[in-house]
Amino acid sequence: MRVKYVLSEVLVGLWRNVTMSIAMIITMAVSLTMLGASGLMYRQVDDMKDLYYKNIEVSIFLTQEVTEQERTDLQTKLDSDPLVKDVLYVNKDEAYKRFKEMYQDAPDLVNAVKPDQLPEAFRLKLNNPEQYKDVYDQYKDTAGVEEIIDQSRLLDKIFNILTSIQNIALAAAIVMAIAALLLVANTIQVAAYSKRREVAVMKLVGASNWFIQAPFVLEAVVAGLIGSLLGLVALVAAKYLLFDGSLSALQGLLSPISWGDILFIFPLMAGVGGLVSAGTAWITLRFYLRV
Amino acid sequence: MIQLEQVTKTYPKASRPSLDNVSVSIEKGEFVFFIGPSGSGKSTIIKMLLHEVAPNKGRVVVNGKDVTSMRSWKRPHFRRSIGCVFQDFRLLPNRTAYENVAFALEVIGKTKAVARRVVPEVLELVGLGGKEHRYPHELSGGEQQRVAVARAFVNRPLILLADEPTGNLDPDTSIEIMRLLDRINRTGTTVVMVTHDSNIVNQMRRRVVEIESGRIVRDQARGVYG
Repeated sequence: MRVKYVLSEVLVGLWRNVTMSIAMIITMAVSLTMLGASGLMYRQVDDMKDLYYKNIEVSIFLTQEVTEQERTDLQTKLDSDPLVKDVLYVNKDEAYKRFKEMYQDAPDLVNAVKPDQLPEAFRLKLNNPEQYKDVYDQYKDTAGVEEIIDQSRLLDKIFNILTSIQNIALAAAIVMAIAALLLVANTIQVAAYSKRREVAVMKLVGASNWFIQAPFVLEAVVAGLIGSLLGLVALVAAKYLLFDGSLSALQGLLSPISWGDILFIFPLMAGVGGLVSAGTAWITLRFYLRV
Repeated sequence: MIQLEQVTKTYPKASRPSLDNVSVSIEKGEFVFFIGPSGSGKSTIIKMLLHEVAPNKGRVVVNGKDVTSMRSWKRPHFRRSIGCVFQDFRLLPNRTAYENVAFALEVIGKTKAVARRVVPEVLELVGLGGKEHRYPHELSGGEQQRVAVARAFVNRPLILLADEPTGNLDPDTSIEIMRLLDRINRTGTTVVMVTHDSNIVNQMRRRVVEIESGRIVRDQARGVYG
């Protein structure tokens, strides 16, 4: 009986003030979509970092005039360096072979370059790609070294852009969340006002506090859950239209977002939506009903 | 049943206390009038017995429970042993007489089956048999107050508090409500009534506690309004 009473009160409550309920649900949905998108990007960036940094190399290019002695010295030093995981020596012929492979679509360029124009190089894998700076400082003045190039510096730029997009989404989620909170507080006040007689009688005859509060709190929770469902729909639509649609050309660059990722992020959205609404409603009632 | 021990209550910003060192003891089954002019502190006593306001000094004991030190989360359960009737009836306008009384049961966790058994019984007791399905606006003032009394009594409380229950009623209707309260008192329920209706006090010849400016000036066993 009590469960039925509470549930019917929730539905009646949402319906009584239907424009406000819709406003509350929409703001909640937008906020939670942003939160979900930001969460997905967090995973995305993590995945991409794993993927790219695993294959990242530091290249030490040698000068054209490098002597045999300088090269073997450098090789021994690199082999015993604790920062370096893996060393691969690429001589001129091999460099030319790689070059030809890389630019096989541009035969003019390949023809213009002679095998001994390309520098020999050591390709290093680091134990920790972020310690590039140490490696750079250590070897930049070594005899025979022409230039040291770190691929991760390029990637850092890309990841910085992705991280700022993610932060913008998170900031938008927070701003929308504040709007959603104020709407929840307002809706609950209106609901409590329209039921003030019932509440007064309930307090008078000794209804327990949770029984008085439950319909209001659940009203907010239901709105929050509907909002998170709409947010899920928005994310699914975004994946379908953006990632699988207009952005599919970038598929090689961006690691794919799976349906599993989206389903994984949904409990987070629903949890945040439900708990934040419940908390706001409960606090509003404490001030407004004094129960 | 009810003890006020040297109770003092001063509201914030008030120049003088609403209750000033008041001590009253009410036995189980008594019928007590609190009388006095408006603002004398009568209603503050009702609020204290309901754990709505706390005294600044002194002790309030209701039903063997020290209300002064009671935590607010215990208030709901405490109130189930107290029925309450007001001058303005406080009925829910969109519910029938039956539903108003049943509501009070359902919100404290009683089943619909219990309500179906006891609500018609108590409506019969207050003299509203046959009018169960009328809405408050279809009932006279006296009948509305009967619904309110039924709601206060349906849970068989040990104490019935009545805050000027006849304030909105004409003299004849007031007498009928008093007969009803008297009948409830005879079932063993302690009745505490705040009023300034001298007719009623004089007719009933029950214990009268007169309050003036927050002090008890008279406590008489079979008193008149005076």
